[in-house]
Amino acid sequence: MSTTTELTETTLLRFATAGSVDDGKSTLVGRLLHDSKSVLTDQLEAVERASASRGQEGPDLALLTDGLRAEREQGITIDVAYRYFATAKRRFILADTPGHVQYTRNMVTGASTAELTVILVDARNGVVEQTRRHAAIAALLRVPHVVLAVNKMDLVGYEETVFAAIAEEFTAYASELGVPEITSIPISALAGDNVVEPSANMDWYGGPTFLEHLESVPVAHDLAHCHARLPVQFVIRPQTAEHPDYRGYAGQIAAGTFRVGDSVTVLPSGRTTKVTGIDLLGKPVAAAWTPQSVTLLLEDDIDISRGDLLVPTKDAPATTQDIEATVCHVADQPLTVGHRVLLKHGTRTVKAIVKDIPSRLTLDDLSLHPHPGQLVANDIGRVKIRTAEALPVDSYADSRRTGSFILIDPADGTTLTAGMVGESFASPEPVKDESEDDGWDF
Amino acid sequence: MTTTVAAVSEETGTPYTLSHLDSLESEAVHIFREVAGEFERPVILFSGGKDSIVMLHLALKAFAPAAIPFTLLHVDTGHNFPEVLEYRDRTVARHGLRLHVASVQDYIDRGVLRERPDGTRNPLQTVPLTERIQAEKFDAVFGGGRRDEEKARAKERVFSLRDEFSQWDPRRQRPELWNLYNGRHAPGEHVRVFPLSNWTELDVWQYIAREGIELPEIYFAHEREVFMRAGMWLTAGEWGGPKDGETVEKRQVRYRTVGDMSCTGAVDSDATTLDAVITEIAASRLTERGATRADDKMSEAAMEDRKREGYF
Repeated sequence: MSTTTELTETTLLRFATAGSVDDGKSTLVGRLLHDSKSVLTDQLEAVERASASRGQEGPDLALLTDGLRAEREQGITIDVAYRYFATAKRRFILADTPGHVQYTRNMVTGASTAELTVILVDARNGVVEQTRRHAAIAALLRVPHVVLAVNKMDLVGYEETVFAAIAEEFTAYASELGVPEITSIPISALAGDNVVEPSANMDWYGGPTFLEHLESVPVAHDLAHCHARLPVQFVIRPQTAEHPDYRGYAGQIAAGTFRVGDSVTVLPSGRTTKVTGIDLLGKPVAAAWTPQSVTLLLEDDIDISRGDLLVPTKDAPATTQDIEATVCHVADQPLTVGHRVLLKHGTRTVKAIVKDIPSRLTLDDLSLHPHPGQLVANDIGRVKIRTAEALPVDSYADSRRTGSFILIDPADGTTLTAGMVGESFASPEPVKDESEDDGWDF
Repeated sequence: MTTTVAAVSEETGTPYTLSHLDSLESEAVHIFREVAGEFERPVILFSGGKDSIVMLHLALKAFAPAAIPFTLLHVDTGHNFPEVLEYRDRTVARHGLRLHVASVQDYIDRGVLRERPDGTRNPLQTVPLTERIQAEKFDAVFGGGRRDEEKARAKERVFSLRDEFSQWDPRRQRPELWNLYNGRHAPGEHVRVFPLSNWTELDVWQYIAREGIELPEIYFAHEREVFMRAGMWLTAGEWGGPKDGETVEKRQVRYRTVGDMSCTGAVDSDATTLDAVITEIAASRLTERGATRADDKMSEAAMEDRKREGYF
């Protein structure tokens, strides 16, 4: 193994997998970890031992990823797990999410931090309901890059026409949902075709292997058109002899770029001041951008505390107490109209009430079910929420960080719901909610 | 090595790329600041091992130029390496920190805990740890656990709720969405917080090298009297080794992890510098724990079972 290349700093790609139960997701993940030499000898030995004790002939690579007793007992994945591997070009964090339809919340969890989602289909079956669900969730979460991995090409004679038809159908569907970038790759996870090594069986395919694509997809942020946002996490005041007057506003930049000299506004108070300095973890810099953790120093000593949002004065979002959003309900207890909850947005947590649930999305056909009355675990729907204090929210389409929120049960602290502010993706055939004039446009 | 501005990306032509170490550092700092903003009595578990040393370094950067708004807690098994305890005390003094020590030996002396037949004290840490958390009313407890260490840890959340008995229920974890961490807890409950969740062993070492962080000497190759037990080189000492049939020999070794002397093994090594250590780890075909931790080999679910009881 070459070490010189591994020892330099590389970039980091966070990606998530999605796939149905039998379409070979575990095999793909196992193949990726194995062929990139990320499975070490003792891990493989442990898997071999466990497989043998269960009477299995070969090592069951799914045991590499099923970490809990209950998962191994039932032979299923019940929760998101995070995997780590590296190549000479890049470091990867893989959110390995279960494929069952009842685990929609887990795919949402994995996709919320992912820059790329892999949707796996079985080449023999092509695009099925589950594929459409996964595409819809990737679109809903606005994952920047989507890979369609057409697996089990070995079982369809490595036929180009089979792959082309599936890729075309999927691309048409996902594009209509608003998925910005789709890359289709024909693979066999079992045989290793086009996963890490190019396939000798598919001369007709001229694109990258799965791993090559993961290594080369851009992770840099194009900040030219981004609204700059800094949720204030903590006010740093040393009050020491060395730093008697230091007062810094610490936070992770949620979007865009801040520069020394920028005119900024504090929300929700609306006061305006100027950035006089930026400390990047102890070192002064002239500019900083998402997702750097920084400390801003400001010209005026105005009242700013945790929960406030710093934004450019010329590009401030409106504040509102009435939020309309698409949500995915992630808790076992239902979300109902009239439910009193806590809403965490950025670094601010406020009281809120669920005023209305206008519709629930049926993921199978993307049709809307009007006024479902409640959302249960794994449901995706539209909600209207009234907050106790005004919040500076962006549309999720503009900013994944400042356009997202979670709802929390004030009684026991359960995370109830993941929310995305504003309009969502367009349905291929928009179904109007007839009971309301302003039918929600999914 | 650049730390803030990576090369302009060829694909996009934008300079707004972070290196993987900068991304991980930024995320960890965000986690420290969230805890400082949302909890009353946070504490950092500090053993003098490399992961807790990196945590402390990140916390210092997160609140600079102010002091860290947390205290430290060490669960002393009574079988710790003297070099590590010396490092611990020196570091605490240098940064003017407050250190709590919960002692396994105390519990054994008082008859509350009983020495195990195999002499391993790692599992005995759970009671002193959880009792000290309850006694001091700590509501957030930072641990250096990484998801790459072990498959049960791969399922761990960044903010992980523990009930009033400090128990972990992996089937009832809160989903973590975006970077919106939910730290709500009832009185008596606490949250374990893992800022290094997304780091690997190699990331930790690369970061130590980049930041020039000082480590206890036992991480580097040195001559030491060791004996072989269950395939691992253990340090001879009053804790209970060697026994009959085990012979002591002098070897050049170093440690990949630092824990209780009774179950932390050394590896043969001639890596005396950070660069040499990194090269050695990058080429190793064994995981950190697989190579040097006996307690994880006890059963297929050893880590999950201990974590359920409150182990960190």
